[in-house]
Amino acid sequence: MIVEINNLHKSFKDVKAVEDISFRVKEGELFAFLGVNGAGKSTTINIISGVLAKDSGKVIVCGENIDNNLDKIKNSIGIVFQNSVLDKKLSGYDNLKYRAALYGIFGADFKARLQEMTELLDLKDILKRPITKLSGGQKRRLDIARALIHNPKLLILDEPTTGLDPKTRITVWSVIDKLRKENGLTVFLTTHYMEEASDSDYVVILDSGKVVAEGSPHELKNKFASDYIKFYNNMDKAEEYFENLGKNIKRERDFVIVEIESTNEMHNYFEQIPEIFDDFEVLKGNMDNVFLNVTGKNLKEM
Amino acid sequence: MTEFRKLSALVGRNTKSYFKDKFLFFTSMLTPLILLVLFFAFLRNIYLDSFKAAFPPDFTIDNKMLNGIAGAWLLSSVLSVSSVTVAFCANMVMVDDKINSSINDFKVAPVKPATISLSYFVSNFFVLSLVIFSVLAVGCIYLAIVGWYISVSDFFLIVLACLCNILFGTLLACIVLNFVKSQGMQSAIATLISALYGFISGAYMPISSFGEGLRIFLGLLPGTYGVAMMRNHCMNGYLKAFADAGVPIEGINAIKDGFDINVYVFGNSVPLGAMYGILLGTCAFLLVVYIAIVVLQSKNISFKMLKKNSK
Repeated sequence: MIVEINNLHKSFKDVKAVEDISFRVKEGELFAFLGVNGAGKSTTINIISGVLAKDSGKVIVCGENIDNNLDKIKNSIGIVFQNSVLDKKLSGYDNLKYRAALYGIFGADFKARLQEMTELLDLKDILKRPITKLSGGQKRRLDIARALIHNPKLLILDEPTTGLDPKTRITVWSVIDKLRKENGLTVFLTTHYMEEASDSDYVVILDSGKVVAEGSPHELKNKFASDYIKFYNNMDKAEEYFENLGKNIKRERDFVIVEIESTNEMHNYFEQIPEIFDDFEVLKGNMDNVFLNVTGKNLKEM
Repeated sequence: MTEFRKLSALVGRNTKSYFKDKFLFFTSMLTPLILLVLFFAFLRNIYLDSFKAAFPPDFTIDNKMLNGIAGAWLLSSVLSVSSVTVAFCANMVMVDDKINSSINDFKVAPVKPATISLSYFVSNFFVLSLVIFSVLAVGCIYLAIVGWYISVSDFFLIVLACLCNILFGTLLACIVLNFVKSQGMQSAIATLISALYGFISGAYMPISSFGEGLRIFLGLLPGTYGVAMMRNHCMNGYLKAFADAGVPIEGINAIKDGFDINVYVFGNSVPLGAMYGILLGTCAFLLVVYIAIVVLQSKNISFKMLKKNSK
């Protein structure tokens, strides 16, 4: 395990930001931490990275207890904050140089590491330019390079794609995927985008400072999200049939969509009324449904 | 050793950030120079008349000496005032780091909070020194043109007094700006300091021209001695030249008393050594305060919490 959190508590005056949370992150996995604003995600990240002190609980990162070896932990993690923390008045090169110095990387060691980062993240054309002249995607690549300059084992991404356009989001994710495949990096992600969480290996959902659900996306969808069948022909018959069964139905112009418990249920209907199944589609529940069902909140509206 | 190299890198980063902000750089560099030009342009004649008033009737003196001492007095005012007022502009990066959350980014790196705080102090001291010594260079060129009577030893003492004032201004700015969390707040404080400090240190107007109560109050402020130290070294050579030219001792003492070369507290004259002692003692106290703030902040202890726990 690269991260082990046990019974973590943190309060700000009377507000319990994090209340008795426990979870594990395995080495090499993409771990997603979901929750609305104020759920306790950033507080947890800040405790893991040593920015905030915990009230109680046990935090072990990369085999080191945060109470005893915070500096060792800091050397093992890299963080990309939601808002870029690049020095806007300096160039990309200066940003990486001064960041590397904080980890004791100077001179030839820095140059070697810079070369690696430049190749990995395609930074050649942006290193000499001031940050203010860079696009959102270029800044994000530099943010990631800054977080990885000391070769950490764990990369924490705090809503890395929030506010980025779809094209830049794809670029950022291709970089993260590359890092995971080529370097075996563990990625701890917080995000508002459910499709990003769907691609993760393990998901923890946080609500009001508590863990309310956890598991792989597949497990969570099976447990908390319904499946759907879309009928494109014989819509009247399908509508009448499922209405009689008391099912949740929605009629649109070109199709009727019916909520079902599981795909197994569909096999029964297929045997009973095969004529409505001449043009249909089965849809698995998605992470949006999971989040909505678990927390009662729609993340897209937050 | 590594921590020292980290400190050097942070100082480099802070200083480079300051110089890359061209507007900030020119503003902090130009403000004292503009003040110097305005002083010479508008106040020179007023002070020339004040100096002449200290001489016996019908006594004539070389204009070079007279213009020089007026220039030296004005230069001492600008150097000592700017050492404090410019410090509040030059330390913008400290506030910016809080606004941009860069300070949180530093906290996730294996660098001691004391190293980060020390880096702000060192870079502010360096930038401020650059500004103040540039002003000193311009002032010296002016004095060389109108009348130079400053000895080599006095010149080095002026440099020493500048360094003491810079240290005082830097520490004051680092402590105050530690609690500032927005650029608006920093601008407001810098404006307030610029408007007030020149008067409350006796730099714009000699303390001797104020009422008794105000004189006692200003005598209790350490900045007053920073200005008085500077005045002593800037004007010493001119006063010696006055004595050599036959100005009676009463006239010289009148200048010393009237232009704050002598500072009196409760009727007692404060010696030059004591002035250094007061300013450097204040610097030592401010340093302890700054260290205490850094230690408390690094342990995530706020003053509000201390207050709450003491109840």
